[in-house]
Amino acid sequence: MGRKSAAGDLTMRAVIALPFAWLILFFLLPSALVLAIALGTNAPDAAPPVELGWSLANFGLLFTDDLYVAAWLSSLRIAATSTLAALLLGYPMAYAIARTRPERRPLLLMLVVLPFWTSFLIRVYAWMGLLAENGILNQVLRWSGLAAHPGTILGTEWAVHLGIVYGYLPFMVLPLYATLEKLDWSLLEAAADLGARPIAAFFTVTLPLSLPGIVAGCLMVFIPAVGEFVIPDLLGGTGTLMIGKVLWDEFFTNADWPIASAVAICLLVLLVGPIALFQRQQARSLERR
Amino acid sequence: MVGRARFAFTVLCFGYAFLYVPIALVIAYSFNASRLVTVWAGFSLHWWQALLHNEAMLSAAWLSLRIALVSATLSTLLGLAAGYVLARVPRFPGRMLFGSLVIAPMVMPEVVMGISMLLLFVGSQQFLGGPDRGFLTIVIGHTTFSLSFVAIVVQARLADFDRSLEEAAMDLGATPWTTFRTVTLPLIAPALGSGWLLAFTLSLDDLIMTQFVAGAATQTLPMRVYSSVRLGVDPQINVLATIIVAVAAAALIVSVRLTRR
Repeated sequence: MGRKSAAGDLTMRAVIALPFAWLILFFLLPSALVLAIALGTNAPDAAPPVELGWSLANFGLLFTDDLYVAAWLSSLRIAATSTLAALLLGYPMAYAIARTRPERRPLLLMLVVLPFWTSFLIRVYAWMGLLAENGILNQVLRWSGLAAHPGTILGTEWAVHLGIVYGYLPFMVLPLYATLEKLDWSLLEAAADLGARPIAAFFTVTLPLSLPGIVAGCLMVFIPAVGEFVIPDLLGGTGTLMIGKVLWDEFFTNADWPIASAVAICLLVLLVGPIALFQRQQARSLERR
Repeated sequence: MVGRARFAFTVLCFGYAFLYVPIALVIAYSFNASRLVTVWAGFSLHWWQALLHNEAMLSAAWLSLRIALVSATLSTLLGLAAGYVLARVPRFPGRMLFGSLVIAPMVMPEVVMGISMLLLFVGSQQFLGGPDRGFLTIVIGHTTFSLSFVAIVVQARLADFDRSLEEAAMDLGATPWTTFRTVTLPLIAPALGSGWLLAFTLSLDDLIMTQFVAGAATQTLPMRVYSSVRLGVDPQINVLATIIVAVAAAALIVSVRLTRR
């Protein structure tokens, strides 16, 4: 018996140690490396092009150079407005699914999730053909006579917003549906019996009760949207500044690793609040089970 | 009541149209005779033939499939261990750190994970002489972000089912390993199946992490698609999109069947 449990103990240790070691080696250590490189200086002639050091110059540049400050602010703005748009579209959808007959819900949910299982890149690409100057949208507008000389959406911030809402809509709908599905609808009937109009009942009963879903959905859209690269790169224009794209260009185009690393650190600092909120909610929802 | 039903119907029509019209158009234009993706010039299978003879695209797809197979399997094994520990081992030194490390890759911006992973491989090449960037480094990168998703799926499944089944097996004298093999594993098998599929899809579709860690000689399918799409719309990409949507729909149906059982 003693030998058996010792062996069991050893297995248990291995079960803990394997993923733990993997995450320390391939997640924690690399994150520390980014900080180390961000404190170094660019050395274009060396390979790799970095000279290690203890300089805060890169971070100083991020706060004084207009480009970085503008990219930082516009990432936050674009992510926030896109998240709001996704909420305004996703909430009615989740609500409608939660109120259809139970046997129809799995199919409706599956249709929300299916695009997520196809390629993200391809879904962004789909909008390129739609929004281009001679794209399908403009052809429809011209043909229908709604606009003789429609402008081009591709290459503007509008296209970036559209792309984010489209790409992340499933992440908004799923957590919203999860809370709305569990909602006690008799509360709404009670509100109606007490004389509340449907609109009033919605704002005083349904909305507050679905707040956990709203917070989770918004965070699941906002967090990846802030650091988004593919959408601003393919749908946005030269004027669309987003921090993920700045990082990419600094690294691949300018080969300035220390600045790119400093941008990465700043992106993380920007997201610490939302990520902490998200983790706390995850932990709480697991406790509630 | 009628008004509410009509509202729900309108909302769902609009929402699903928004989700599916762009995809439907991409599929339709894969059968277009014209090179211009925006002008319809009649039905043709020209671009399907062109893609099937596009050696560069096919070899990239084959590479992506192999990477996805290996990294999905690896992240399912690691994710199973991590999810099990999160759900069943309440106390050990470093439990807090372990918990945040498992969730962190899910919320870490991909550009940040990509650059940090590349710096690690550059460093290891400097000091240890390897590994060379390519298949192995891409597999490691993909496994690191996928294992979190598998772990969360496994943990949720373990938290859902009755723990007394495991306790009963232990009371009857089964070792922890036997209990795991004969009681726990069959119960979470569906979660493992859908976790594997999720990891496989994430790997097959990943561009950003791959672009950072791939090295100069390796091109995966998303890298090819990206460099082609940057230059504008390309009918062969429409064909590829049609194939991907068909496969994804099939995979999703399988996954739903697995989890419902």
